[in-house]
Amino acid sequence: MLGINIAAPDFELNATPDQKFSLSELRGKNVILTFYPADWSPVCGDQMSLYNEMLHYFSKYNAEILGISVDGKWCHAAFRDARKLHFTLLADFEPKGAVAKQYGVYNDKEGRCDRALFVIDAEGIIRWSYLSPTGINPGADGILDALEMISSKK
Amino acid sequence: MAKLKPPVSEQDHVKGDIHAPVVLVEYGDFQCPHCGAAFPIVNHIEETYKKKLAFVFRHFPLAESHPYAQAAAVASEAAANQGKFWQMHSLIYKNQNELGLEMLLALAQSLKLDMKIFQQDFKDPKLFKKVEDNFESGIVSGVNGTPSFYINGTKYNGAYDYESLSEAIGSIINY
Repeated sequence: MLGINIAAPDFELNATPDQKFSLSELRGKNVILTFYPADWSPVCGDQMSLYNEMLHYFSKYNAEILGISVDGKWCHAAFRDARKLHFTLLADFEPKGAVAKQYGVYNDKEGRCDRALFVIDAEGIIRWSYLSPTGINPGADGILDALEMISSKK
Repeated sequence: MAKLKPPVSEQDHVKGDIHAPVVLVEYGDFQCPHCGAAFPIVNHIEETYKKKLAFVFRHFPLAESHPYAQAAAVASEAAANQGKFWQMHSLIYKNQNELGLEMLLALAQSLKLDMKIFQQDFKDPKLFKKVEDNFESGIVSGVNGTPSFYINGTKYNGAYDYESLSEAIGSIINY
């Protein structure tokens, strides 16, 4: 897993079935990059739905959140729609898990991303990262602490 | 281990003695079926531990997933203004399947609340703010879904069935 105080590798992935998105588009903003195993986890208040409820707390810190998994663009589109998610989900689909591998959070055995969080600052530097134990939704307290740290050092 | 921030205070809805040996805090959503399932379990826990336990409820409405969660939370705060938070809390969970605006008003009526005041409070931005403040405290405390429980200020990550919760609480009391 990539450590802190290094440049976050740039990438370009599908954000919608007909739109590409690259990390560098968000330069000037803090970015919360959240790798997660799969769309359609069964519980209420799953990790992505939880973050969806917190968007205005993130925006207070000039931060944008991106979800990323190996699910395809159509799967993401249906998932976003069903859960009314108001943020971007990226499809790390082809070649499968390439971005997750770059960030060191690909699980070869299961063929999916680990549950991992990166907070990247406005200059594109990774300032905080966290690998969550399998099956445990990490919540957002660590993210907010990291954003707080970034804003206090300015 | 995630810690409860801010700690339990007089600002909270506390059932029992705030200085009891065990203070159990739930971050809950009135429309969440898992919280509905936890409701009788928490009652059972309260009956088991009686005066050794205080129970605190904080709001964590997942408004995007549950369209009436926030309204229900505000309604419970409006009931609290008339001293009936816990009665409202319990009525909402008992009638969770029919949750809606009319139903919240009917519940308020059944509690014999002053409906004029209740209706005013139901629209009061201050009560919305209170619910939001609870939600925000949940985020910084590491709430990762509903229900989330804290036992004496530390996040409890076990299952919320009676046996698991009771074991975690009992081990503190018997220590």
